[in-house]
Amino acid sequence: MKVSYFPGCTLKNKAKDLDVYARKAAEVLGVTLEEIENWQCCGGVFSTARDEVATKLSSVRALKEAGSKNQPLVTVCSACHNVIKQTNHAMQTDKEFASKVNNYMADGAYAGETEVYHYLEMLRDVVGYEEVKKKVVNSFKGKKIAAYYGCLLLRPNGVMKMDDPENPSIMEDFISAIGATPVVYAKRNECCGGYIAMESPELAKKNSNAVIENAKAAGAEMIITACPLCRYNLIKNGADIPVVYFTELLAEALGVKEDTNGK
Amino acid sequence: MQRVGVFVCWCGSNIAGTVDVQAVSEALKNEPGVVFSTNYQYMCSQAGQDIIKDAIAEHKLTGIVVCSCSPRMHEATFRKTAAAAGLNPYMVEIANIREQCSWVHKDMLTGTEKAIILGKAAVAKVNLNAPLTPGESPVTKRALVIGGGIAGIQTALDIADAGFPVDIVEKKPTIGGKMAQLDKTFPTLDCAACILTPKMVDVAQNENIRIFSYSEVTEVKGFVGNFDVTIKKHARFVKEDICTGCGACTEKCPMKKVPNEFNLGMDNRSAIYIPFAQAVPKVATIDPNYCNMLKKGKCGLCAKVCAAGAIDYTQKDEYISEKYGAIVVATGFNPISMDKFDEFAYNQSKDVITSLEFERLTNAAGPTAGKLVRPSDGKHPHTIVFVQCVGSRCSACAEKGKEYCSKICCMYTAKHAMLTRDKYPDTEVYVFYIDVRTPGKNFDEFYRRAVEEYGVNYIKGMVGKVTPEGDKLKVQASDLIANKQLHIDADLVVLAAAIEPDKSARPLATMLTASMDTNDFFTEAHPKLRPVESPTAGVFLSGACQGPKDIPETVSQAGAAASKVIGLLAKDKLTGNPCVAHSNELMCNGCSSCERVCPYGAISYEDKEFRMPDRTTKIRRVAVVNPAVCQGCGACTVACPSGAMDLKGFASAQIIAEVDAICK
Repeated sequence: MKVSYFPGCTLKNKAKDLDVYARKAAEVLGVTLEEIENWQCCGGVFSTARDEVATKLSSVRALKEAGSKNQPLVTVCSACHNVIKQTNHAMQTDKEFASKVNNYMADGAYAGETEVYHYLEMLRDVVGYEEVKKKVVNSFKGKKIAAYYGCLLLRPNGVMKMDDPENPSIMEDFISAIGATPVVYAKRNECCGGYIAMESPELAKKNSNAVIENAKAAGAEMIITACPLCRYNLIKNGADIPVVYFTELLAEALGVKEDTNGK
Repeated sequence: MQRVGVFVCWCGSNIAGTVDVQAVSEALKNEPGVVFSTNYQYMCSQAGQDIIKDAIAEHKLTGIVVCSCSPRMHEATFRKTAAAAGLNPYMVEIANIREQCSWVHKDMLTGTEKAIILGKAAVAKVNLNAPLTPGESPVTKRALVIGGGIAGIQTALDIADAGFPVDIVEKKPTIGGKMAQLDKTFPTLDCAACILTPKMVDVAQNENIRIFSYSEVTEVKGFVGNFDVTIKKHARFVKEDICTGCGACTEKCPMKKVPNEFNLGMDNRSAIYIPFAQAVPKVATIDPNYCNMLKKGKCGLCAKVCAAGAIDYTQKDEYISEKYGAIVVATGFNPISMDKFDEFAYNQSKDVITSLEFERLTNAAGPTAGKLVRPSDGKHPHTIVFVQCVGSRCSACAEKGKEYCSKICCMYTAKHAMLTRDKYPDTEVYVFYIDVRTPGKNFDEFYRRAVEEYGVNYIKGMVGKVTPEGDKLKVQASDLIANKQLHIDADLVVLAAAIEPDKSARPLATMLTASMDTNDFFTEAHPKLRPVESPTAGVFLSGACQGPKDIPETVSQAGAAASKVIGLLAKDKLTGNPCVAHSNELMCNGCSSCERVCPYGAISYEDKEFRMPDRTTKIRRVAVVNPAVCQGCGACTVACPSGAMDLKGFASAQIIAEVDAICK
């Protein structure tokens, strides 16, 4: 099947791994990610300010393009997903906002018709973890892996509707699907510090360290994430176990990862 | 043609203030059928009623219209007045010109105009009224109480005391409910078992009470005074009448690794078990999910050691049919699941427990013999954090919690905190709260004692995260008054989980056709004035199945429900409401539309023989309404495609006449 795909700017430079492995793995699973033409930066989470319209336009353009092809829009970066999903929700529910946005659109009004899902949701709900399991050639059997959700991926729950934000299982089930053992720990859905790293590196360090220590205390040998900023903060603040994108492990498990330096 | 009298009430200035009552009575004089029209200051007073009676006699009235307050207020009064003057009480119509007119209008002209229109509608209706006579039905003098917790126990005892037989159906192997699991009770701190178990024994010994334990209600038919109920008695594989409750079987049973539900899984029991020492009935029960004999046909030890020969591996579920005059629902509550509140790490650490688990931990008959220790390592906890409102008052998280206040948590948390400080003064105790709610006799004094005498740290704010680290629980919380973040290294975290109605309540409500609110609490007939009755006649409510309640409140409500039941069972016959549906069998085509919409199960079908024009006969299936069950809601009259179904007192023709009068 073919789906529209919004990689996002971080995935084109700092977080190339997240993007490259996502595409390769998807091919193995029978899904073609068709990159949106001329996509623009989602604006990062700064654009989720409710009174801004201009910052939401890139999201709406991407959504419209996917819609014009009758395809769902798949994202993989936590921040892009959050922005696009929230924008789509606003287009569906906030008439005033939608009409303002539509004034900027060249052709026809958009009212949130396109379905948006995260790559993890695609694995769980479209491909199915059972199917992923069948395609695994390099199992991570015996490896203890901690899923790090961060704060953005699942919240706000009423809009994201991905998983229970306090007791999620979508990434743990992914870890099980590639043969490894998921490690559940309390801080898996806490904030890494995010952009506060720019202004108050100490505070980000405190938050990131708390996550790393908590994961290690629970027995984790590796942390996986879907968020470039989470990965940056954890590594920058001295993670002494590997912190990798979930797509990298997926590509490796499916046997399509040429470069194995990350492991 | 009717001879109608119109009586317009001033209600002091309540009506006369915004409605020109004189103009109304004048205007209605000219309506068809009206032979007399007057107005008076207080129609409901003795003098006012006398005006009506005199007019009935003098003008030979066959119908009357009273333009006054809501029929909910005084319809019964004026019906009695009419009956006293020899008129059928159902020839009275009320035009509500107070609540629906004078109270909502400020302008005299508009108010008067509307009052006249409402009066005209009532006159149009009464012209089509026919005298109605209520039917009678007998009363089975036996009550059913569903649920054997403190609510059900108290209701049953009170009904039995009045001399009526009562059956208690309890799904667990013993009665006692949640109260049997509690340690002490607020605000007097008497031990729950000491005040509950004598009542349980009273139940067992009362000649008027039968207990169906390990049983459930599977079918309810019939109506007030005449319920036909089927009770499923689960096979316990022990003959109840022979077992002496000696407990030899439970000691010998080799399967000892069954999670003990009475202690909330904090210790184990055997596959054959007696839930607790004071269980009533005190007989053993075999858990078929764990018994080797039942699962694999190997073992049979309990049968060998049973001196009474009470073990019966071949026992089957049994169905019992019984007739009842009244049914009391006392299905109680449960704490909600903590699965969706994992910010408190309930699923990650054994040392994060619910308040009910805390009760068992501090109960002398509990898994630790009353010693407060951490479930993980058996060590004494030095710092305990209590979190109130976990899932309660949760409007922002309605998909996982409850919007309502669970009512009992503030008080039991104060009790837990106080008792902990009393018994283990070296323990630091924190309580996080949104508000402390202590309305109740001696309740606030109790909470103040916890704070002032026992030094419990009450902090206004919520816990945001509990992180198990090493053998500590790192508690991150906010102190809203000091406006700062707190980090506490706790040894034990206790969650005051919201409470919800027992899961058995909804299917039971369907069986009883009793209504529930969106939270699955049973709805009362009136929130203030009929709090222990369900809107369904003959079904009564006792305890937390109606809403969160503590023990004193539950016992009061249980007694109130019992008195309502006694009032019902004391009658030999019940007078029905004659405003019920009836089907014109000549028009009925037997399509079942009415049966499908009837919420009370009042409609059935029978095959009837009809004479055809050519002198042959034909058998047709037609609807029959049971007038004793019908509540007169009218749903069937709307659903009937052939117009066969009609409601007495509210016939379609009458409603149309009212509409015509209003739109004229």
